[in-house]
Amino acid sequence: MSTARRPLPGWVEIGLMPLANIALAFLVVGLIVEVIGVDPFHALKLLVLGAVGSSESIGYTLYYATNFIFTGLAVAVAFHAGLFNIGGEGQAYIGGLGCGLAVLTLDRYLPGLLMIPLAILASAAFGAAWAAIPAWMQAWRGSHIVITTIMFNFVASALMVYLMVNVLIAPGSMTPQSRGFAASATVPSMQAALQWIGIAVAPSALNLSLLLALLACVGVWIFLWHTPWGYGLRTMGQNPEAALYAGTNLKRTTMLAMCLSGALAGGVAVNELLGVHHRLVLDFAAGYGFTGIAVALMGRGHPLGIVLAALLFGALQQGGAELNFEIPTITREMVVVIQGLVILFSGALVHLPRPWLQALFARKG
Amino acid sequence: MEETLTLVVATLAATLRVATPLVLCAMGGLFSEKSGIIDVGLEGKMLMAAFFAAATASLTGSAWAGVGAAILAAEVLALLHGFACITHRGNQVVSGIAINILAMGLTVVLGAAWFGRGGQTPPLAATERLNPIFFPIAGDNVLVYVGLLSVPFAWWVIERTRFGLRLRAVGEVPLAVDAAGISVSWLRYRAVLICGLFAGLAGAYLSIAQNAGFSRDMTAGQGFIALAAIIFGRWRPVPAFGACLAFGLLDAIAIRLQGVTLPGIGEVPVQLIQALPYLLTLFLLAGFIGRTVAPKAAGVPYEKEH
Repeated sequence: MSTARRPLPGWVEIGLMPLANIALAFLVVGLIVEVIGVDPFHALKLLVLGAVGSSESIGYTLYYATNFIFTGLAVAVAFHAGLFNIGGEGQAYIGGLGCGLAVLTLDRYLPGLLMIPLAILASAAFGAAWAAIPAWMQAWRGSHIVITTIMFNFVASALMVYLMVNVLIAPGSMTPQSRGFAASATVPSMQAALQWIGIAVAPSALNLSLLLALLACVGVWIFLWHTPWGYGLRTMGQNPEAALYAGTNLKRTTMLAMCLSGALAGGVAVNELLGVHHRLVLDFAAGYGFTGIAVALMGRGHPLGIVLAALLFGALQQGGAELNFEIPTITREMVVVIQGLVILFSGALVHLPRPWLQALFARKG
Repeated sequence: MEETLTLVVATLAATLRVATPLVLCAMGGLFSEKSGIIDVGLEGKMLMAAFFAAATASLTGSAWAGVGAAILAAEVLALLHGFACITHRGNQVVSGIAINILAMGLTVVLGAAWFGRGGQTPPLAATERLNPIFFPIAGDNVLVYVGLLSVPFAWWVIERTRFGLRLRAVGEVPLAVDAAGISVSWLRYRAVLICGLFAGLAGAYLSIAQNAGFSRDMTAGQGFIALAAIIFGRWRPVPAFGACLAFGLLDAIAIRLQGVTLPGIGEVPVQLIQALPYLLTLFLLAGFIGRTVAPKAAGVPYEKEH
């Protein structure tokens, strides 16, 4: 294969390449659906209808997308620093622990206006702390962040099971879940919020955390591209030696990138616990951390791209559930397959369509 | 006295049973990592192999056909990993994760579509499984012995053959191997294929030897524990084998300790013992228990100069 990566026009690089990657992934998905014995186009139609066919399904699509924006941003921030944070899953989970501890101790004493911001901060702080340990191990001890964050996911899961079963379980409860949060300590649902300004929508799991996620997008964009810290972080990701010569403290930047990443992953806890479950439950973060990798890769690490990718995956998650309802032979795990393929084609095989696009569009010279 | 002896023997047998898939996986992973290809996808390869082993054994009635299908399934994923990482010089970790997620989804999707049991395969009869050879209680099926033999095999190939020498070289300084006129890509492809073979056997062990059928996510992180064992063994076969046995012993003890109160300590949380392999590896990686030295070129795609 040719090593020379000739430049492509900007719009091909930013617009067409990602689409070509996704198209390849969905081509394979279509083949798998065909193998199962279902007409792929019929399945696609049901999936789209299930994702955006009613105001309720749109609500659920956006609710899933909220989680994916948080974890996608988390992966992207670390990725810009040249760090591969696979621990979003565990960081979101431990973020939930922070959220739960804050609310369970204080919800009887504090009004919602204080309680909710505090719980959001606790989610972010615990997520950041869980990411800080592998970051420290990478920066000062030279251990590989991929391996350590994987291990931390398992440790987080074991820790949470222990705490939920032995410590935080509501008295008298048979299932491992905490007592319910006070009503003042919950993020209002989108339905309630819209009703307040006179718009009627069907109830769904969508809540105001979506706004927090969008705010995080803007924040990450400003931080990465319009502050000296973001500049140092991206320089480190591109070329650590150059960053070092430019005066960037690599160890501190590693800590900064990972803590920010973990804090963003903690956003999942806000959406799930404060927005939907209204109590601390097991496995609320399951799968979202890994989807974040697909979202970040597909969105090319840019907040705008991440929002678009998160919407797509939200639609897949919601549409996939509806599809499974209509055609039971296609289980919800089809979405997991799609995630895997997107990570493969937008990540590891990202340059696969390049020769073809080069043949079509490469600049002369 | 006799009771204690029985308990010790039973625990040791349980250790070997639990450790076998770890050993097979770790030996396979060693070949890949030694050649400079990081393999985070051991888990996915093992899971896919476990599914195809059980599905094939159930459909054909032959355990050996199951083993063959397991190897084939793992090799397809190994080739995919090679295609992405060696041919296209893609990110090895991303590729490994993609394979894990793909396997997690595809095994359930195909299983549900083919068998309609929510991702499980039909329970296998004794004739469709690999059964114990000498000691029925110990569960010493043929793959247990393959696992034990894989360790001297890996040691001999890596340390004592020309192929092994080149394999180690390509994981440290691929440029030197290239300069000597040996194909870096072909060496790494062979390493990845050997890895697929062992991961396939590990998967088959899970679904048609240790258990009687496939259930969703049945690998439950064992691929990552194998990865931890490789790190713990400092990328050498015999110490990695030791780490697998230690992790297996922990698991066997965890099952025994469930709900037992130890004198002086109280009840040991099962979750702590389950997390111990990961915690120990983290301590090792943090440099608290000696140093680990990975192959230098691991994770770095080789770019041939023209």
